[in-house]
Amino acid sequence: MNIIEAKHLTYKYGAGTPFEKTAVSDISFSIEKGEFIGIIGHTGSGKSTLMQMLNGLIRPDSGEILLDGENIWKKPKEIRKVRFRVGMVFQYPEYQLFEDTVYSDIAYGAVNKGISGQELDKTVRNAAEFAGLPDNLLEKSPFELSGGEKRRAAIAGIMAMQPEVLVLDEPTAGLDPMGREFLLSKIREYHRKNGNTVILVSHSMEDIAKISDRVIVMNKGRLEMYDTTENVFSQGERLKQTGLKIPEITYIMNMLSDRGYGVKKGILTVEEAVRELLPLLKKF
Amino acid sequence: MESFISVKNVSFSYGKDTVLDNISLEIEKGKFTALLGHNGCGKSTMAKLFNALLLPDKGTISVDGIVPETEDEVYEIRKKVGLVLQNPDNQLVATIVEEDVAFGCENLGVNPREIRERVDKALKAVNMYEYRRHAPHKLSGGQKQRVAIAGIIAMQPECIVLDEPTAMLDPQGRKEVTDTIRFLNREYGITIILITHYMDEAVLADRVIVMDKGSILTQGNPSEVFSQAELLREHSLDIPQSAQLIHMLKKNGIKTDTLPLKPDECIRLLEEMLAGTDFRLC
Repeated sequence: MNIIEAKHLTYKYGAGTPFEKTAVSDISFSIEKGEFIGIIGHTGSGKSTLMQMLNGLIRPDSGEILLDGENIWKKPKEIRKVRFRVGMVFQYPEYQLFEDTVYSDIAYGAVNKGISGQELDKTVRNAAEFAGLPDNLLEKSPFELSGGEKRRAAIAGIMAMQPEVLVLDEPTAGLDPMGREFLLSKIREYHRKNGNTVILVSHSMEDIAKISDRVIVMNKGRLEMYDTTENVFSQGERLKQTGLKIPEITYIMNMLSDRGYGVKKGILTVEEAVRELLPLLKKF
Repeated sequence: MESFISVKNVSFSYGKDTVLDNISLEIEKGKFTALLGHNGCGKSTMAKLFNALLLPDKGTISVDGIVPETEDEVYEIRKKVGLVLQNPDNQLVATIVEEDVAFGCENLGVNPREIRERVDKALKAVNMYEYRRHAPHKLSGGQKQRVAIAGIIAMQPECIVLDEPTAMLDPQGRKEVTDTIRFLNREYGITIILITHYMDEAVLADRVIVMDKGSILTQGNPSEVFSQAELLREHSLDIPQSAQLIHMLKKNGIKTDTLPLKPDECIRLLEEMLAGTDFRLC
């Protein structure tokens, strides 16, 4: 079943002025409930505009977005409800922390959604756990946390709203490899346990390759590709033309395949590559 | 080897937090050095010590023989060592690209005619000359970072320190910036210190220094450093996927003495290994 269906979305910035620029042009796609979707594309390809349309921060000039089968702009006055159902984590969300304690910061969105009492407490603690924040941090000021912890606290705040769709814009940017790996594993865990839909936007092809079921490739405001992760990353040359790169390991295996060695294309992790190569090399 | 920056037994702390703990290292003149390590390991503090934005609590740093003791010496060092930071939006000050690039020179009191020459040359060096009359905020991330680098080049430093300059860029932008850095190093002989989390950038360097908890974990040329896969893994640091693949194959009983760091080297090695088999289809 489709949780999100986008039909012919188009959006122009500065429409009717000399600076008019089409950010997103005639995009259609659908996302199934419980899928993990990666979105990649060069800077200015329309990724952010597209994301903001998904939870009604931007209203498309034409086309429509169905959430669970219903047009989100059917009743414009109730668009706020959509924002609780499609939770958005912006880039560098740690700059948006503002409460006295980590606990109240995480609770903020959930309180606004109308959750209270014991359920609120449970929700906040659950979200903190998913984000890998131990209990003893919850009473601290968010400004006492490390950069990685702040980022996770901000993400926990969105998780606490229990959105049906969680959208994350570059959640690992600026983190070191350990921080990246930890955050990704937490997002994966959240996805597995709750079965919620997750949409991840990233410039890190390695991250996208590791975690997504399907990948949307944006190019100059248009939908360039939408396919399984393996199929998308099998097409190294096409991605390169859109200003993107495939993961190093995928490139190596694609090249070997192109040169006639019997290995699969679209290999996404080093472990997979080892499994693919060992039988061939062991014959040696 | 000729040392450009020499760090001897330096310690530094912010209040009670010790960030650098009795660290010593040498940066070679004209070389490209990559500095790796976790967030919070002291890399960025090191960067600020390199151009005397911070001064050590203990120990000494000398840049091209100058030790920052007086104000004059501090300014002399800042002229020699330029710093480029992570977020391009925080470093651009003017409304037109060429004015932004001129900003540093103006502050140094360079005469206007020479500024014009330096700005043109700097913009050409980073391949942004055709954008000289554009507004910086309308450029892409990679273009903005190149403008920031041009502003530093115009001041004619002998060394450029870049603190995660590609962290916010898309793959194309990252390539533009790393190509520019290598060009400046090769063609102008500018000493480069690149702080990064990306291993594919670190393998481009002549020398890699890995920091951990305020000290040096290991250093050497990229092959020496990335051959220590176990040590790096113990400290949860990455190695390039090419090297990781060969490491894992070796663990599974495949024999080779070569350690490729770049994808094309890795493909060549695998082809040699596979050529001995009968599995080639064509």
